[in-house]
Amino acid sequence: MESILVLTHADETGSALSKASLEAVTAGLELAARLSAPLTIGIIAVDAAIAASAVASTGARLLAVSGEAFAQARYASDAVAAEALCRAASATIVLAPGTSRFTRIAAGVAHRLGGFVDTHITALSGTENVEASRWFYRQRIEAVISRGARPWFLLLDAGTHTAFVDEPGAAQIENISVELPAQRTTVSGFRAPALGAQTIRPDAKMLFVAGAGWTKKQPDGQVHVAEAGELILGFLHATSASLGSSKSLVDQGGEGNSVLPFLTHLNQIGQTGATPRHAKGLSTCCHGEEPHVVGWRFIGSRRAISLDPNCGWTRGKADVVYVADAFPVMAKLNALLEAAKM
Amino acid sequence: MPNSLHIVVCAGIVPDPLQTLEPVTGPAGPGLKNEMVLPAVLDPWAASALYEAAALAAKNPGSKLWLVSLGPKAKLQQVMMTVAQKVAFELVPIDGPIGGFPDAHSTAAVLAETIAALPGLDRAKLLLFGGWESATRGAGVTLQLVGERLGITDQFQGVDQIDLRDDGSFEVLERVEGGKHQVSVCAGTPAVLGWATGNLAEPRNNPQVGMANMRTIMPALAKAKATKLEANGLSYLSVSLPKQQRTTRVEKDMTPDQIAAELVEWIGAE
Repeated sequence: MESILVLTHADETGSALSKASLEAVTAGLELAARLSAPLTIGIIAVDAAIAASAVASTGARLLAVSGEAFAQARYASDAVAAEALCRAASATIVLAPGTSRFTRIAAGVAHRLGGFVDTHITALSGTENVEASRWFYRQRIEAVISRGARPWFLLLDAGTHTAFVDEPGAAQIENISVELPAQRTTVSGFRAPALGAQTIRPDAKMLFVAGAGWTKKQPDGQVHVAEAGELILGFLHATSASLGSSKSLVDQGGEGNSVLPFLTHLNQIGQTGATPRHAKGLSTCCHGEEPHVVGWRFIGSRRAISLDPNCGWTRGKADVVYVADAFPVMAKLNALLEAAKM
Repeated sequence: MPNSLHIVVCAGIVPDPLQTLEPVTGPAGPGLKNEMVLPAVLDPWAASALYEAAALAAKNPGSKLWLVSLGPKAKLQQVMMTVAQKVAFELVPIDGPIGGFPDAHSTAAVLAETIAALPGLDRAKLLLFGGWESATRGAGVTLQLVGERLGITDQFQGVDQIDLRDDGSFEVLERVEGGKHQVSVCAGTPAVLGWATGNLAEPRNNPQVGMANMRTIMPALAKAKATKLEANGLSYLSVSLPKQQRTTRVEKDMTPDQIAAELVEWIGAE
């Protein structure tokens, strides 16, 4: 019989569970019900009380490793905490959110326990055995896998399950003590674009992608990078969309060409970039070739504006393609969106 | 004062991203149709790691750079003809299967065993580099597992920058959620760094570097040990291409005003 542990961690407050952790709790509840297996939730937090109360109504056994050391996401301390929770739970299946914090440590912890790990899980199925769906070759091939070996760690992609929400309740927490090794790494903080300049918004409904065409010569023989920048930022301001980019546009910065100053490799979508989840996506000045479009696997409704009537988007990769110059279209679109706000 | 480093980069080879991929299942499990004849390249994120490693080694005299790569000998040779022209390194090839379907734990075990046996490697000076994910399996676990097997407990993933200080400590920028970087300071080597894109452009081909590299690459390939990878209980119940193919409406004659009006309606729709 399987025994399930859901590993969770606190968000930046240090006490409330992260959204991705609550999604993993939902996945754990569903899997436990399907397999009729006992469920344990393990919490890593500075103070686990608030986090535990949020999941008290699940009826799961609650384990926690807490303390100031866990305010920081760091391999050496987080791995020790997760290992201790796993040992205390004696679980055969360990579910965890695929956050940066847990993707850093999950494989190491699995190895310490003599177990195995699979990541980027998008769905869990099976009634007799646990079956997991994941993508290979950067979202180009989908597979359903299973493992006979235990413990089996499964890291769930964000957005694949709804976050668990219920009234906070009285929680009975079993605190697990850990002995931390000497810490050689100190987290000194975060570096982010200045307030208001953050263009990556994972929770946005819409993804807006800028391709290399924005910095190419226009019909007047000149490049209009500044105007392109204003149009793009104007659209982001009007819609609160998240900004993505093709690799070719971001790479121009390293080649000494005119670039959009607010774009970095973090905005890159595709083969060597991100694969975000948004309900809608609008591509502009981008060819829509496969290495880029693999990053659109989890975008719902897709539209593209491209001057090329034979671009990749027209070959079944977008729902609608407008063969047009993006400059006048975006100018008009921004004007309409601003007018609608008034 | 410069610090001499021993940098080991783990990098696989992957199909050129412009190639069409089709899964097939054979007696040894899933693979790609015509996998051995598909043009291959060095894994893109691991390539970033290699270029960053070379830049770091160049700034710190006395440093040494190894490139450990697991794949079929013939494919490794083909890819190295290009990669060897970029930066100087010592290739440590392992003759093994190609592709994203073999188990990461087995891959990591072979890599760790190979690295532990590298002649002249000082593990106290070790920086273990690689891509934070591959373009094949894309699991982001192999490098961690190699690090664990080598006893390294300072690990960083999604790295875009490392700044080495005179005292041997270094600052690392790791990608975290929401388009931010987590900033950490590590007391020094050994450490594991899984690279994202970094900040360096791909180096231009340098035929002189290529010739120097090839003098050691060819003998190394000739001596490459063959290895088999265990499945570790991993089984594939199905492997398929996504079926979703959209019916695209291509609008060639709409004015900017018409397109903008239609987009406003689409953006506003739930």
